[in-house]
Amino acid sequence: MNLDRELTWLIAGVVGLLIVASFITRILLKRARTEGARATLENVAARTRAWWGMVIIFTLAILIGKTGTTLLFGLLSFMALREFITLTPTRPGDHRTLFWVFFVITPLHYWYVLDEWYGMYSIFIPVYAFLFVPMRSALSGDCEHFLERTSKIQWGLLICVYCVSHAPALLALDLKNYAGENAKLLFWFVIIVEISDVLQYVWGKTCGRHKIAPSVSPNKTWEGLVGGGLCTIAIGAASWQVTPYSPLQAAGMSALIVLTGFLGGLVMSAIKRDRGVKDWGHAIAGHGGVMDRLDSLCFAAPVVFHITRYGFDSHAILQKF
Amino acid sequence: MALLQIESLEMISGLIAGSLRLATGALARWHGCGPELRQRIYFANHTSNLDGPILWASLPTPLRMKTRMVAAHDYWSVGKLRPWLAQRVFRAVLIERKKPTAECNPLDTMLQAMGEDHSLIIFPEGGRQTGPEPQPFKAGLFHLAKRRPEIELVPVWMENLNRILPKGEILPAPLLGSLVFGTPIRLEEGETKPDFLERARHSVICLRGICA
Repeated sequence: MNLDRELTWLIAGVVGLLIVASFITRILLKRARTEGARATLENVAARTRAWWGMVIIFTLAILIGKTGTTLLFGLLSFMALREFITLTPTRPGDHRTLFWVFFVITPLHYWYVLDEWYGMYSIFIPVYAFLFVPMRSALSGDCEHFLERTSKIQWGLLICVYCVSHAPALLALDLKNYAGENAKLLFWFVIIVEISDVLQYVWGKTCGRHKIAPSVSPNKTWEGLVGGGLCTIAIGAASWQVTPYSPLQAAGMSALIVLTGFLGGLVMSAIKRDRGVKDWGHAIAGHGGVMDRLDSLCFAAPVVFHITRYGFDSHAILQKF
Repeated sequence: MALLQIESLEMISGLIAGSLRLATGALARWHGCGPELRQRIYFANHTSNLDGPILWASLPTPLRMKTRMVAAHDYWSVGKLRPWLAQRVFRAVLIERKKPTAECNPLDTMLQAMGEDHSLIIFPEGGRQTGPEPQPFKAGLFHLAKRRPEIELVPVWMENLNRILPKGEILPAPLLGSLVFGTPIRLEEGETKPDFLERARHSVICLRGICA
């Protein structure tokens, strides 16, 4: 991928943000008096360190190009699905189905994404894998909780593989006046998703009062959503130049990312709560599992992908409606 | 030359331990005791052929070098790869579980393998189970505890490994496993064999709740 000036600015901006965040956390940690504040800040420090790692890996993947990026997201899907199925009770009769799901369906789907075969990767999991999973499980002859087990595997595939893969699929879009610049759109999208998460967390921690859905996630507050959301929209609109959108469209897209990301996080929290766990796994120090960082992206990626594809494609699909 | 060979074997075994941990995402939690370098017997529930290797791989390197898993001779001597892994990498203590005779008594083999400074990994159920609850323990653990009363017996709960590689399957599903090390137990003064074996079994089962 060509490292043009705007992409350099994006990367520099993120690195700058991380430097500031690391600095502030260190100062606050030195000043922390109470045990509780210390624990929170230790967690923030661990999260910031992990962010450094994630940003470096993601930037390298973007710079390597489409293959590297698609491979990275494929790996993330694999790890997220692994966490998802681990927390989902399956039975011995599902074992061979799961082998197919992890080692055939997931790689094949990402192969189609890499191949830019839109017609195939849009239906491969919702149609073919959807039908294959119950067929393979039925063959192994275990009827107990059959529909429940099958649906959970299908759900895992849709969320962890299908939805996540719409992020690297942004790279293949043929956008008006944006040829060869799609890496910036993906970079922008991921940054906005994660910044929305972080800002909602920060706003919620500092001035959160009114819980939105206390039984699902006690951390999600109206103050966090509105405060973090507005800041994210401002950042998204201010960086419109790196996107194929106008300033207003960039603001709208950011608002959409905030909303879908928020609701996605809520859905995934509901599942965690039902399973009686706090985190999806322990892959990333301070953050929990891969899915704990990917939950908002899962829900935002398909929506942003399709709106961009329909609204900004150089072949102007909208005119056909 | 011999030294070089030993060093490269150590490297290979470290590498294999690392990849085992990575492949199963195994998270080891030291709940009732710490990873201390002392003579111990780790005993765990048994549901998968991965159990022994994973428990071995989860130990920190200095402990791992001094810990040998006890495994079935009939399984680990088939083919080329398994004997190599068992003898060279895991340095497993292979025992005859089908028909113990006076000449090859598993207990003597295990005691000899422990010597002065080695720990053991054993699965007292005697074989892989498919049910949700661990089966009653075989007497071996009791006899070991009686012969070496000074040694700590550490219960270990192994979670999810039967979903990664269940009995009768060759291909794995890449789920995440986890292990919990519990509080060490010892044979009490005057404790009978059935009482001790049941207590040991319970000390493993009650670690399950911590796994979740």
